[in-house]
Amino acid sequence: MKIVVLVKQVPDTGEERILDASTGLVDRDANDPVIDEISERALEAALSVKDRDKSTEVVVLSMGPSDASKAIRKALSMGADSGIHILDDGLLGADATLTAQVLAAALRNADADLVITGNESTDGRGGVVPAMIAEHLNLPLMGSLTTVNIGSASISGQRRNDEGTQDVSADLPAIISVTEGFAEARFPNFKGIMGAKRKPVSTLAAAELGVNIAARTKISSVETRAPRSAGSTIIDEGQAAAQLVDFLTTNRLI
Amino acid sequence: MFELTEEHQAIVAMVAEFAAENIAPHAVQWDQEHHFPVDVLAQAGELGMGGIYVREDFGGSGMTRLDAALIFEELAKADPTISAYISIHNMVAWMVDRFGNDAQRAAWLPQLCTMETLASYCLTEPGVGSDAAALSTRAVRDGDEYVLNGTKQFISGAGASGLYVVMARTADTGSAGISAFLVPDGTPGLSFGALEKKMGWNAQPTRQVVFEDLRIPASNLLGEEGAGFSIAMKGLNGGRVNIGACSLGGGQAALDKSISYLKERSAFGAPLIGQQALLFQIAEMQAELESARTMVWRAADALESGSKDKVRLCAMAKLVATDAGFSAANTALQLHGGYGYLAEYGIEKIVRDLRVHQILEGSNEIMKLIIGRIAIDS
Ligand SMILES: Cc1cc2nc3c(=O)[nH]c(=O)nc-3n(C[C@H](O)[C@H](O)[C@H](O)COP(=O)(O)OP(=O)(O)OC[C@H]3O[C@@H](n4cnc5c(N)ncnc54)[C@H](O)[C@@H]3O)c2cc1C
Repeated sequence: MKIVVLVKQVPDTGEERILDASTGLVDRDANDPVIDEISERALEAALSVKDRDKSTEVVVLSMGPSDASKAIRKALSMGADSGIHILDDGLLGADATLTAQVLAAALRNADADLVITGNESTDGRGGVVPAMIAEHLNLPLMGSLTTVNIGSASISGQRRNDEGTQDVSADLPAIISVTEGFAEARFPNFKGIMGAKRKPVSTLAAAELGVNIAARTKISSVETRAPRSAGSTIIDEGQAAAQLVDFLTTNRLI
Repeated sequence: MFELTEEHQAIVAMVAEFAAENIAPHAVQWDQEHHFPVDVLAQAGELGMGGIYVREDFGGSGMTRLDAALIFEELAKADPTISAYISIHNMVAWMVDRFGNDAQRAAWLPQLCTMETLASYCLTEPGVGSDAAALSTRAVRDGDEYVLNGTKQFISGAGASGLYVVMARTADTGSAGISAFLVPDGTPGLSFGALEKKMGWNAQPTRQVVFEDLRIPASNLLGEEGAGFSIAMKGLNGGRVNIGACSLGGGQAALDKSISYLKERSAFGAPLIGQQALLFQIAEMQAELESARTMVWRAADALESGSKDKVRLCAMAKLVATDAGFSAANTALQLHGGYGYLAEYGIEKIVRDLRVHQILEGSNEIMKLIIGRIAIDS
């Protein structure tokens, strides 16, 4: 089986992230770039298939600046077999529609049985790219899964929504997106780190994928969040519990 | 050599993440409860930390001494005691790899590299420490076996280890009469003293190891008969670089904590970091640790390339790094005021842990003896 995992490099979520008000884009220099944790969980799901069946081929696909090669290397050190890096200055700040179009174009040539992605990246948090890719490729999408069973010809899994849970299944090829419910990624071991540089990574530009770079989203305005005002302090003089309940109900928090 | 490669950075990042998740949050508790976390050691082993500079054919990671120094510094930022134990284990695994025959390597290395089996290094005796060549534990050849009698003192990991590499006397010819032996746990005649109560290094056991008419097959001799002292000293060259790296990690962690603390803590109406007297102490800690780090990396490189300078460079690295680490930790305690003295802040533990690095793997006086003798002989 061939699994392609979509991996995104994002600004470190452990730190305060900055949105550039003039462009509406995330300031990527403000934080250390790291491999998105949800991408790592997606990769872990693929690697656990490879643990059971060594013949599984795991490819990581990332669109991002030249620095994104580090995220790809990390994925290779964890156990992926090869990488595809879509690197094109014209794609800087690409919106979800363009991103999905580019990734779909790369996937069209990749011949994957299964595509695994995170449900939404921790920076943009649009959460629409997986569905858009599925539409481009005419593949079934099992989105926002909390669990999955990956068979050789079909997959099944569970997703949670506001009403309850849904059991879903599809024949391969298919695309799935995973949520925080999936296992955390393994650490790369030293052999993996040392071996990663010998694994192949191909670099592609948008033109090589036959994609015409044109964004379809227009950002009408961006505003900086108002600074937080100081909270109110309740001092317990015997009435604190009642005051807390009052506060929560008047602010519709319970 | 002074810029870390992308690969070095990836190694450091992985170890840092592993240690921050699995070691640092428990370090104070393990110290207080005297808990030796063998399960966490096995996890470290899975990542390749059990045989860092052991060849790859029997499960080693095949990395360099500089890689090892970077790894031990990073582990020690989370807990010097755990890092130091892993460094001793690696020293023994390397001795088996370097001086063992293929049968011995095949029997021991796979389990040592994964740290399913832990190893101890048995040189010191109740009566001899610095003057190790005077050791008196005896090994007498009897047909196809050796019979061991004697007591080893201060043995790290004792009671938990599966393999003891024991230096014992096979002839009364000084250091040339010492041989090294592989003694598996469970061998009849092997027993252990009580857990030593110590100032620090509480997250790993230290015990006496006692041999009473202990019989092992002659094939458990490591290297040639009479080569034991040289094997023990060669292991220690690397051990010294590694223990130096452990001190750097502990010292660096203490320094980093001090910087955050002085920024947070106010006295006399302003954050303490604004006091130049304290800023200068930060600068001194930083400069001493950084120079020691340069020395540790240089010694690691000399060991890797087999430079004729390696013995003195390893001794210097051990001397300056263990002194710089302890001094940084002790200064950090002072900078934390009364809170530094409380266990909860983790600083007093670093001071206690790093203190012993100036004593073991050859005391710092012995390092000066080595450096001084080489200086006047050449
Ligand atoms: C927690 C702990 C763990 C240890 N783990 C191990 C282990 O795993 N395996 C092992 O084999 N050993 C281990 N040791 C033993 C350690 O290596 C010895 O304690 C060390 O070598 C010093 O020996 P000693 O204690 O006998 O001191 P001594 O040799 O008696 O020295 C006493 C003092 O005199 C100084 N001194 C001695 N000779 C000279 C000289 N010629 N010139 C100037 N000064 C001198 C020393 O530096 C020291 O300050 C451990 C020790 C401790 C405390």
